[in-house]
Amino acid sequence: MISFFETLGVWLGALMTFAIFSFLYKDNPFYKVAEQIFVGLSAGYWFVYTIYNIVLPNLIIPLKTDFSANFLLIVPGILGIFMLMRIIPQTEWLSRFPMALMIGSSAGLGMLTYTKSDIIKQLTATMMNPFDGGDWIVILGQTLLILGTITGVIYFFFSARHKGFIGVLSRIGIYFLMVSFGGAFGYTAMARISLLIGRLQFLLGDWLGLIHP
Amino acid sequence: MKIKIPLLITFITGLIIIVSEFIPAQPFPKISTDLETWVMVIAGFAMLLGLLSLFKVNILKIKFKVPNWQYSIITLASCAIMIALGLLWGTDKQVGILGHGEGIQNVLGVKPFDYLFNNIYQHLAATMFALLAFFIASAAYRAFIGRTAESRLLLIAAIIVMLGRTSLGSWLTGFLPDGSFFHLPNLAGFIMKYPNTAGQRAIMIGSGLGVIGSSLRILLGIERMWLGGK
Repeated sequence: MISFFETLGVWLGALMTFAIFSFLYKDNPFYKVAEQIFVGLSAGYWFVYTIYNIVLPNLIIPLKTDFSANFLLIVPGILGIFMLMRIIPQTEWLSRFPMALMIGSSAGLGMLTYTKSDIIKQLTATMMNPFDGGDWIVILGQTLLILGTITGVIYFFFSARHKGFIGVLSRIGIYFLMVSFGGAFGYTAMARISLLIGRLQFLLGDWLGLIHP
Repeated sequence: MKIKIPLLITFITGLIIIVSEFIPAQPFPKISTDLETWVMVIAGFAMLLGLLSLFKVNILKIKFKVPNWQYSIITLASCAIMIALGLLWGTDKQVGILGHGEGIQNVLGVKPFDYLFNNIYQHLAATMFALLAFFIASAAYRAFIGRTAESRLLLIAAIIVMLGRTSLGSWLTGFLPDGSFFHLPNLAGFIMKYPNTAGQRAIMIGSGLGVIGSSLRILLGIERMWLGGK
């Protein structure tokens, strides 16, 4: 038997769904209320998630269980408090120290990971024999893949004027980028439509019980 | 001190992370791992800062009764309720200050935090993104006029990919044999696998080079926008 709170949950979900969809008519108080609830719940959710999954296991619990072995963790704790000082204009400058640590490590890590994943791996994957293995579709595809990658990179190369031969290659690069944007657009649109179908399934199935999976 | 020390910290931290990648001998890997933990903890505090900022902005809106200030009460209340429930009775796997709250769980079926998450937050998030389907459709109407060769290419690729992923696409080219290149699902797969990958790869290589350049500028202290441009 379905409990009262289960039914209430379904009704709350339906109410929120309608409140958000009411924006399709025009901006209205129902949408604004649902939007603010979404903002509030999101902030609350991520705060609780951060406390349980980051702050407690990486700072509080290690310090509490074995202080002498983890005393260095006081440093990020203090830097974290410095970060909070940003909210007060007089002590705002203190937040530069934790920011410096975060930006420095992000920049260092970014250099390494982007070099590996975005440059070396992508270049390695492109360095192939287009005529190797498969039927004419695979050969055509692999040739387009190599041509598209090279011309696309040339399009992003702004140290030379896009005129003459470079201009032609850059133009071909734009065409590949456009096909890529079109594909990405179609893919995104379909993902959103499947979410919309999911919402309709919820309303017609879970809420009204008109359809059954 | 307010400028030079942060710049020095940035340089040293970045250098340690880079060096530890090339020197696997201790103490570099340990320093690098510790630094990553430190950054994670500081990022946690940054999250708390964001929450404080949210409260500050909304409290000021209520205090000065700016237009639509009433909605700020809803934001603060929903945020406070979510935090209180999460901290008091914990989440799905975590124990809260008051334990697991078995009594409440028996009534609600799940923990109060998860009840709000499952029945309100998830529906709001899914509907917000589903709403974008309508705006994408209206944006597509404007973008798909196809005045230039580039926009026509975008249009054709998008239509093939969209049709290729629906039963309508299969039905439209149903007269072709299943393995045919021009069968819409196959054509959509081809576009996604080859020309789309080529474009994405070019963007990734370009952005990768950009990230390396800007990271180097940050580490060397040339780029100082994060210090307020000082």
